[in-house]
Amino acid sequence: MSKSITTKELAQKVINHEETLILDVRNTDEFDNWKIEGGKVEVINEPYFNLLDGVGPVAEKLNNDQEIIVVCAKGGSSEMVADLMVEAGFTNVYNLEGGMKAWSEHLEPVKVGDLNGGGALYQFVRLGKGCLSYFIESNGEAAIIDTARMLEPYEQFAKAKGVEIKHLIDTHLHADHISGGRHLAEKVGGTYHLPPKDATEVTFEYTPLEEGNDITVGNTTVKVKPIYSPGHTIGSTSFIIDDQYLLTGDILFVKSIGRPDLAGLAEDWVGDLRNTLYRRYKELSEDLIVLPAHYSFAEELGKGGEVSARLGDLYQNNSGLQVEDENVFRKMVTENLPPQPNDYQDIRQTNMGKMDPELERQKEMETGPNRCAVEG
Amino acid sequence: MDSAKVLDAKGLACPMPIVKTKKAMEDINSGEILEVHATDKGAKSDLTAWAKSGGHEIVQNTEEDNVLKFWIKKA
Repeated sequence: MSKSITTKELAQKVINHEETLILDVRNTDEFDNWKIEGGKVEVINEPYFNLLDGVGPVAEKLNNDQEIIVVCAKGGSSEMVADLMVEAGFTNVYNLEGGMKAWSEHLEPVKVGDLNGGGALYQFVRLGKGCLSYFIESNGEAAIIDTARMLEPYEQFAKAKGVEIKHLIDTHLHADHISGGRHLAEKVGGTYHLPPKDATEVTFEYTPLEEGNDITVGNTTVKVKPIYSPGHTIGSTSFIIDDQYLLTGDILFVKSIGRPDLAGLAEDWVGDLRNTLYRRYKELSEDLIVLPAHYSFAEELGKGGEVSARLGDLYQNNSGLQVEDENVFRKMVTENLPPQPNDYQDIRQTNMGKMDPELERQKEMETGPNRCAVEG
Repeated sequence: MDSAKVLDAKGLACPMPIVKTKKAMEDINSGEILEVHATDKGAKSDLTAWAKSGGHEIVQNTEEDNVLKFWIKKA
């Protein structure tokens, strides 16, 4: 019998930049589309059905005593392969429990920093999809920005910190993952905030998120200040927290910028995107720490697992912010875009409340990387 | 379609549909057709990739009431 490893244990290895060897036994198309990345992960692919008559095809590439984590879609095939490898004399083989499906759902909280007025800001890293959400806690209260579909990790975290979740905020109507904001608000009796321009078709009640209406967390200690910053969607809103942090949603990432096409209106929104990135954000302090809603590249995951950058540094280094010519910029964000996220249209409909797929279908819809960025 | 053998892999989770398909293929002759019924959604891409790597041909596949059916011609 092989041993097993949980997604939590694997996430710790990834964010701590430990050397990790993964043997992914899904078929090669699925592997090429989406795999475990980040930190010092090395990953090799050999479909499980090539190993049924013996693990020879991988055995020659690996040492008998090295640590190998076997991964498949749901954990069944990887367990079989891990067992076959143990039989073949490998001594340090682990099966990833629940496979990529569980990996896609894992959220790893990472502390970003303390807040001046008391309390702290945490980034919840969804390593399997590159999604980032934020947990602000101060004086017994909490607000969550861009809540993922899985509610339990936030509820457990709030319980452990002894805080009550008051505000659930989405920077925009998401197209790559199902928002947990509305459901968590219902569950804990909190307020769900959404930009009204992204909410014209929603079927539920919400609190409009508007510039000028600051949200307070705790006893007037931490202000969450919305800034209207359209471009990825027409309603996209950023937040300044504690005059230190700029939460950019899907407008600005560490190594790339947001794509304007996921609601089908790239041509209309490219001007807004340009204006937000090249004018609106430029008026802000260069010392703000940018905290985006996604990352696309494994190298964006910093030491300790945090994804962040100083705004001034991004104006120097992010290739999406270096395009002087408006026409070149327009072409860059409307042509040769990467494939859209898996099932993005159904995901948008679900986030509008127009669809309510059963849980298994929701998990399936969220399979794969986020693909919300354009590379400059 | 004339199938030499029918494999019922309904209700089985990955990797069993492929493991059983591989075994069942050993019981038929080259050029004959194995019919596979499965409910595991992953079976479609895995069977396609597996058949390709073994040179077998999926001559037809259907999906009805959440049951995936494949007709695989042995190489």
